Amino acid sequence: MISVRNLYKHFGGVQAVNGISLEIQTGLITGLIGPNGAGKTTLFNLIAGTFPPDQGQIMLDGEDVSGLRPHQLFSKGLLRTFQIPHEFHSLTARENLMMVTLTLLRETLISAWFQRKTLHQQERKIAMKAEEVMEFLNIRHVADELAGNLSGGQKKLLELGRTMMVDAKVVILDEVGAGVNRTLLKEIGDAIELMNQEKGYTFCMIEHDMDFISRLCNPVIVMAEGKLLTEGSAEEVKSNEMVIEAYLGRGASSGLN
Amino acid sequence: MDFLNAIVLLSNYVLIPSLVYGSQLALGALGVTIVFGIMRFANFAHGEMMSFATVSTIFITWWFQSIGLTAGILPTALLALPFGILITGLLVWATERSVFSYYRQRKSKPVIFVIASVGVMFMLNGVVRLFIGTDEIIFMDGLKFLIKAGEFKKWSGLNEGLALKQTQVLTVLLAILAVAWLFWFLQKTKMGKAMRAFSDNEDLALLSGIDPEKVVRATWFISAVLITLAGVLYGLDKSYKPLIYFHLLLPIFAAAIVGGIGQPLGAILGGYIVAFSEVAATYAFKKFLRYLGPEGWSPEDLVQLLSTEYKFAVSFLILVLVLLIRPTGLFKGRVL
Repeated sequence: MISVRNLYKHFGGVQAVNGISLEIQTGLITGLIGPNGAGKTTLFNLIAGTFPPDQGQIMLDGEDVSGLRPHQLFSKGLLRTFQIPHEFHSLTARENLMMVTLTLLRETLISAWFQRKTLHQQERKIAMKAEEVMEFLNIRHVADELAGNLSGGQKKLLELGRTMMVDAKVVILDEVGAGVNRTLLKEIGDAIELMNQEKGYTFCMIEHDMDFISRLCNPVIVMAEGKLLTEGSAEEVKSNEMVIEAYLGRGASSGLN
Repeated sequence: MDFLNAIVLLSNYVLIPSLVYGSQLALGALGVTIVFGIMRFANFAHGEMMSFATVSTIFITWWFQSIGLTAGILPTALLALPFGILITGLLVWATERSVFSYYRQRKSKPVIFVIASVGVMFMLNGVVRLFIGTDEIIFMDGLKFLIKAGEFKKWSGLNEGLALKQTQVLTVLLAILAVAWLFWFLQKTKMGKAMRAFSDNEDLALLSGIDPEKVVRATWFISAVLITLAGVLYGLDKSYKPLIYFHLLLPIFAAAIVGGIGQPLGAILGGYIVAFSEVAATYAFKKFLRYLGPEGWSPEDLVQLLSTEYKFAVSFLILVLVLLIRPTGLFKGRVL
């Protein structure tokens, strides 16, 4: 689905992404882990078009999408969530969800006047969809609350909810589970699995919770210092010496044994 | 009778003029606020763009008059207005392409945009005077007064006359129409919603597939409409003087900031607050108080807070006070 080739990005003197190449396979839930500063979020930002890479290529479904802006990637079916939740403060949770479908509405200045009925129907459909999503994520009770007033966890759910509003091909999740309680985390995991199996969404997620990763992700990609360290199933990765070293420092793996 | 005289006097010299002036400021402040809400910079060229818009409308008006096209009792400038909007739209778009888009691509800080807009301001200031000269121009034609002071006196039997100019009524009517349309646009249309989303959270708006270039284009166009309306209505109501729009920048910015910059409703309210304060602070209340006071009594001085030469000081004072006491303005937030 997504194939990254030889990607570089630096900020000042920091080489955040240092020549990484990897594949995100269609239909799978790929996990991306690595110690802090490994360049995971930068890689996500590059894939999502937040900024262009210094060098290298990003292919989406065989098409070169390096340097495209987020709104162009949206129309190609790529969605993302943010590590620190983003929301439209001045809109309610429901409106936040409905906003995702805004550009899919067929509306012109003229039809806004004259075909209000058709538009109204379109909007009702979207409103019902939003209702469904909120029900699913258990945030219906805050539907009419301004999104800026929601709790951190609810904002996280809203982030995930946005990706459920439209039919995306691939969704990249940046620490969707961070700051969410255990029960909710399980539900989020269920939601992701369901979307993956029933709707065929491809996922790639950054996560620190190894249990969460082990449950959902196969394969797991490990990054360190802007490079690909290793790739494999969660079990393989967990017992890989290089991975333990990257997290805990050199010599740590021998100490553990 | 004295009470009615006082009311008429106040309406004629304070209430109506400030309502009209307030509408003109509100249109100007709306333009500033919309651009700020989307692009996050205060456009200092706004006043000169108003000047340019008025000049292009004046040229079209003259051309219409020369071929004998007039609007009867309505001012010819009203016919020229759509063309003025179009020309201003082109100018604003040219500035966007040649100046602002460059800085946007480089993701420059807002202060860079502000300074660039100051540059645009000085340039336009020169260009406009190059074409139209420095003289005062009155381009109002058609029926001047809807109600004349003398006729009103005769009709009502009061000492005080009430005059109502056509431009005053036109200003208020067009301002109401423009504001109603703008609010409908922002609340109901797809592009309006996209603009509000963009203003609220740019990153998220992009993630919802909203094309930033389209949003920017729509914003400049709306700003061009508001610029032309504000400029032409002000010029029609008073007269066109090249530097007057440069001076108007202060009350317009004061209005936008009083209301909370980025807030359309605030800009409108701010426009009226600034206008009322300015007119009231420079009006001599002597006669008004004489009517209200006991028979034969009269205040000793003019009861005027500031002489009219200092009217811009009022905007300045309001600006300073708001920034000191409530920097966010009346309505909080920087979201459309």
